[in-house]
This record gives sequence, C-alpha cells and structure tokens, in this order.
Amino acid sequence: MKLPIYMDYHATTPMDPRVLEAMEPYFHDDFGNAASRNHAFGWKAEAAVEKARKQVAALIGASDKEIVFTSGATESDNLAIKGVLEFYREKGDHLVTLQTEHKAVLDTCKRLERQRQERIDELKLMRLMELTGRDVSGEELAALEIKHELEKDEVLKRWIGAVRTGARVTYLKPKKDGLVDLAELEAAITDKTVLVSIMLANNEVGVVQPVAEIGALCRKKGVLFHTDAVQGLGKVPFDVESSKVDLVSITAHKMYGPKGVGALYVRRKPRVRLAPIIDGGGHERGMRSGTLNVAGIVGFGKAAELAKAELEAEAKRLLALRERLWKGLSAKLDMLHLNGSMEHRLPGNLNVSFAYVEGEALMMAIKDVAVSSGSACTSASLEPSYVLRALGIDEDLAHSSIRFGLGRFTTEEEVDFVIDLMVKAVTRLREMSPLYEMAREGIDLKSIHWAAH
Amino acid sequence: MAYTDKVIEHFEHSRNVGTLDKDDPNVGTGLVGAPACGDVMRLQLKITDDGTIQDAKFKTFGCGSAIASSSLVTEWVKGKSIEDAVKITNKEIAKELSLPPVKIHCSVLAEDAIKAAIKDFQEKRAKRLGPAAAASETR
Repeated sequence: MKLPIYMDYHATTPMDPRVLEAMEPYFHDDFGNAASRNHAFGWKAEAAVEKARKQVAALIGASDKEIVFTSGATESDNLAIKGVLEFYREKGDHLVTLQTEHKAVLDTCKRLERQRQERIDELKLMRLMELTGRDVSGEELAALEIKHELEKDEVLKRWIGAVRTGARVTYLKPKKDGLVDLAELEAAITDKTVLVSIMLANNEVGVVQPVAEIGALCRKKGVLFHTDAVQGLGKVPFDVESSKVDLVSITAHKMYGPKGVGALYVRRKPRVRLAPIIDGGGHERGMRSGTLNVAGIVGFGKAAELAKAELEAEAKRLLALRERLWKGLSAKLDMLHLNGSMEHRLPGNLNVSFAYVEGEALMMAIKDVAVSSGSACTSASLEPSYVLRALGIDEDLAHSSIRFGLGRFTTEEEVDFVIDLMVKAVTRLREMSPLYEMAREGIDLKSIHWAAH
Repeated sequence: MAYTDKVIEHFEHSRNVGTLDKDDPNVGTGLVGAPACGDVMRLQLKITDDGTIQDAKFKTFGCGSAIASSSLVTEWVKGKSIEDAVKITNKEIAKELSLPPVKIHCSVLAEDAIKAAIKDFQEKRAKRLGPAAAASETR
C-alpha cells in the first residue's frame, strides 16, 4: 500500500489512465484549433470536440446541442445564474438558492445582490441631489436619507421599481439532514422569480437533493431550474429529463478527467436562453467565447463515457467501502456524529464529527491520509464550515468534523488502514482534550461560560 | 499550509500532558478559549509556597499550533517564579514556534492560560490565608 492515502475525492480526482491516453494525441499531432474551418487540423479537432460533446451529453441524457463547454463548474455556475438573470430581466430579478450551495453559486448571488444595492444607492443619491438642489457625496447618504425621509419617498420607490441591475436572492435553510424543504421552496418562489439553483449533491456532507421533485415544482411554477451536479455525476443516477432541469453545471476533474474543463447544459426544449458572460469570437453558439481546450474536452468526454459505463458498479463498490469505514470507526470510537442524511447521500462520502477533538489537529495526526475538515481553523475568520452550520450543527462539532471522500482508486486495505489510524489519533487527542475529560466527568459543557476570543 | 518542525515536534511528542488535582491548594488551573471557537486550553501549575512553579500539565482541544503552544509553555514555566512566568508573552511563543499570522491566536491563548492559572492559584491562596497574607507570601 502506497502512502500517503488519498481520501479527498470531493476536492478533486486523479485522472483515469484511459482519459490521459485519449487526450495525449491532442497535445501534439492533432493540435488544431476546433474553430479552424478550412484545413484538416481544424477538422480533426472539431470532430474530437463533437465526439466529446456527445459523450458528455449522454452522461446526463441530453442532446449534444445542449452542451456548452466552459473552463469548469465555477464558470458554468456563473454563466447559468448571471446569464439567465440578464436574459430574463424583464420577467423578474429574484433567485432562490440554498445556504449550503457551493461558493461559486453563493458568491455569484451575493455579487448580484450587491450590484442591485449599488444601483439603488445611486438612485438615492440622485434623488437627494434633486431634493437638496446640490451635489451629494456618498458619505452623506446615510444622514440625508433619514433627514429627507427617503423611506417614504414615492418618487424613489418608483425609481427602485424600475431597477434592472443585479438581483434579489432568497437563501433557503436546509433541513437538519441537509435536504431542501420543498414546501419552503414553493413558498419562496414569487412571480418575480426567474431561477432556482440547488445542487445535485453537496460537496461537504454528500447530501443528494431531490432534484426530480425540485424540477417538477419549478416547471409547475414556470421558473428555471439550475443544478450544480459536479459532485453527483457518475455517482448517483441523474438525467435531465426525469429531473426536468434546465441548466446543469458539470466539471471533468471530479470524475477522473482533467482540471480546467467543464460544461453547462442548456435545455433546448423548451428553450432556455442565456446572455454570455465572456465576449469574443462567438464560440459555443455565442454562449461562451474562447478557443476550445481541445485536449481537455477530449479527456472530459472520455471521463464522462467511463462515468456512465461504470456508475452502477462503482456506486455499489463505494457504498460498501463507505459502510466498512463507518462501521469500523463507530465500532471502536464513541461520541461520533454523522453530519447530513445517511440515506440521501453520495456513496463515497462520509462526514463525521469526532467530538472533543479539533479537526485540523486530527488531520495533522493522520498526516499519511489526505482528508478535509470543516474546522477551517486556518481561515482568518476562524469560522467553521458554513455548510455544517446551516445544518444546525453546533460550532464545536463543526470544528471536529472530518470529510472522507472515497473514489475509484480507494481500496479495502486503505479503508482498514485509515480506520486504525483514525482510532489511534482520536484516542490520543481525546486523552489530551480537556473537553473530553470534562464530558466524561459528566460536566455539561454548555453550562460553562466560555469567554469567546 | 505546512507546519514548522518545532510545531510538529511539540504536537507529536507533546510534553506534560495531563491533569493535576485541581483541589490541591498549591495547584492553579487556567481554562481559556471556547469550544465554539475551536480551541480550549487548560493549563495547571503546581506552585510552591514561595511562588516557584514546580510542575505544569496541560490538556488542549485545538489545532496543532494550539497544542504545540501549550506544550511549549509547560516547558518554559517549570522552575520559574510566578513573577517571571507572567512575563511570558505571546510574541515569544509565536516566535519560538514560527507561527504564521493566522495561528497567532494560539500563542495568545497560551499566554492567557499562564495568567489564568496563576490568578486561580492566587485567588485560592487569598481565600485560604486572607488577602494580606497571600500578598506578602508570594512576592
């Protein structure tokens, strides 16, 4: 067995050797630009891209004409949200998403909210200039807003009603098991809602959302549905027809393909339109300009083909390994907390809090194993994972969480090794944890007045 | 982020992990930090009647740097007078372990733990002997 052991497949995956083999010629012999229409080099590259497009489409049950290649899922998320919002501006400016979405979705939404607020602030300044008959600076805004009672100003209200910049966003809190509450989702959709963005599977807790129900609801309400499917593709069954999804973000590097290439599925029937966020040569039917990453796309196609072919067997194998890991850990350690639903979960994901032990210290103690933690002790904010907190998990348990991500190359031997190592590390760190000692003495840690620092 | 050799050394071979009898009149206990913040340090000092730190034990819930900072201060305070021990600053701890900026709070916690343990010892003593006697005995 080779060390260190990789158990962080949600972060990225190694390339499958078959993918690398498929890509190889496109770095040298077949290096053409897929947009070169007038010579054999271009034709060959174009043919390779179109083959890959079919392979990626097949993975999600789509038509190849619905696939737009991008640089990865972050770009796809940005394109889906910003592109839809810009195109459907006349219909509305409201988005609904989940607090546990990936930052590529959340930070995109936050920027759009900020843009709307900035536009409103501009209008307030203009209105105050009108009311005072002089120039007004940004610093004066807050004071003058109160003085001139802008809150009740009917003119300003009309102006704000005409704002077409940015967006308003509802961030739904998931249930304790990480799943979206469908009744809350339905209630959040208004006549101004243009898009619902909810991921297929979560990158931290592996919770798989009921996309078919969400899709049906969105269709009924006449709003578009985007899903970031990055973590779920090739691991759980998914297709665009049964889930009635309109936009899907995909990336190659989470399914044994290369980094730096992804796609956005854009439904054609009924047709979904997008404004591009990158302008240029009009590649990808005008939705994403930029010379295509031919070798990367070929690898992406091959990875998608393998993911589809091996999904069933791989899901079964990973589930067995995950169960082995969970059983092994819980047989030898007490006070473990599973984060997120066990039932609606990616087969290769296990997210556990080892109470009274801090996650980063645990990772340091098992340095031969690559995992990740929600402790985020290294972040300047010292805030633990926002995903775990959205699930209502106490901050101390969030600091104690470890995410295991199992994948295509994980072996039973590795799982057993990790169980042993974890048991040793947790036992040692608990022996030196004042909280563990206090808990064992029966002291209720919540009753202590801790000085936050 | 890579850890420095000194942090790894103190983390893997932590010195003076353990518990002293908190009811012993010569033991001062400092419990600082908060579980919600991801670090709690408990430092216990056994202090002689003339104010010398005879023994030190710690238990820490926290990252590697927090554990290393605790381990380091137990070594540093042993044999010191309480007057000298309270002079240990977080800067010295951070420098010794080459802590990066995001880990400076670990060294702050260790400094606070020393001060809290000594304060606890002095309060216990004051209760036992009366404030005047306590002040005159621990110079």
